[in-house]
Order: sequence, then structure tokens, then C-alpha cells
Amino acid sequence: MLFFSFFKTLVDHEVTVELKNDLSIRGTLKSVDQFLNIKLDDIMVLEEAKYPHLAAVRNVFIRGSVVRYVHLPSGAVDTALLEDATRREASNAAAAKGR
Amino acid sequence: MEGDPPSLPPQMFTTSAQLLDLTDKKLLVALRDGRKLIGVLRSWDQYANLVLQSTIERLYVGDAYCDIPRGVFIVRGENVLLLGEIDLDREDDIPFRRASVEEVFAAQRATDTEKKRADKVHRKKLRALGFEDEGEVLV
Repeated sequence: MLFFSFFKTLVDHEVTVELKNDLSIRGTLKSVDQFLNIKLDDIMVLEEAKYPHLAAVRNVFIRGSVVRYVHLPSGAVDTALLEDATRREASNAAAAKGR
Repeated sequence: MEGDPPSLPPQMFTTSAQLLDLTDKKLLVALRDGRKLIGVLRSWDQYANLVLQSTIERLYVGDAYCDIPRGVFIVRGENVLLLGEIDLDREDDIPFRRASVEEVFAAQRATDTEKKRADKVHRKKLRALGFEDEGEVLV
């Protein structure tokens, strides 16, 4: 659940989602769920000419399974905190196993 | 604990919350095979399996598009790329020309033939350079 929590901290930030079919969409992250499905608002499509069907679309729901990358604003990511959280999650999992 | 699937509090299942406010709206659904469906979202579940009503399939070729009426769709979630809410104000001033199905089909065929021809040339050149032929690429 770490990445789910992590993405929740990025809500209302501008992100770019690159799909496995090479389509890139930039927009404001509105919500994310446990499958890392993503909702974006005020979208802008990179290479708009190649994807005419998105011309009249303002917000999208992207299925998590088709996402290749999410480009994040580096200022919004606390890498040290993320590292700590990873170690904590790993040790919690180890403790749960040993119980 | 061991072996049991982890139990999650129900509020974790937020896919439903995300799709709830799209219900009964006119949506664009892009599928993994490249199809674009436009219909009214009537039902869904946590896998993004969808029920669409009054669905049309929209084909784009060049600056033209056409609509084919398709009726009711149940889409299996794994085939869904994205759902887009259509901005009804912007819907009518997209820079595309509505054409007849026949015209778009003919244009599509012409584009496909041209692409096949270009691919053939491309493959011939690669072969001349010693690259293994991967055969005709299916789209």
C-alpha cells in the first residue's frame, strides 16, 4: 500500500502519465486508488495531433494496468521520507511473518 | 495470519468512488485495441468492467471522423485504457469534419494500403542491411 499512500500525497499536483501505448497525458492528479488507477483533471495531451479523440475531453480516468510511467514534479517528492517508509514497511512485513 | 489474504478496510476500495461521479455521463472509452467508444456509463465495478448505453464507435482518419451506432456494450475491465468525460461545450467545435461511414472506410483502406507499402520498403531496406525479417506487422 506504500505507493498508494505515496500517490495520495501527490493529489492536486501536476503530473504526466505515460501509457503503454505511448500516449502521454499531463493533468492535475485528482485521485488514485488501490490499483493505482488515476484520475486527471484539465488534461493536455502531448502530441495532440496523433490522438484526435481526446480533443473534447477535460478529465480522464486511467486504468492503472495500462500506465507505463508517471512523471512527477521533483519538488513534491520527499525521497528521504519515501526511503524511510520503505524500510519501515519491510520491517513491519518481516515482523508480521515472524509472529 | 500466514496464508490469509490481507484484509483491507472497505474504504480502501476507492475505484468505486472514482467511477461514481462518471456514472450516467457521456464518456469516451479508449480500448486497448485502439477503438474509441462513446456512450453513457450506466454500471461498473472495481475492475472497471463497464456497461455503456447508446454506444457509438468513432473512427478517425486524417481530418475526418464517422460514427457507427453499436448499442449496449459490456466492456471487460482489462481492455479499458481510459475513460474521458466529454466536455459537452467543446464537443461540437473539435477541428474535425464529420464524414459518411463509406468515406471514412475508404480513406482508412487507402491509409492501410499506403502503410503496408511503406512497411514493405522499410523491411526490404532492413533486410539489405542484414536484419532479420520479422514478417508483416499486424496492427
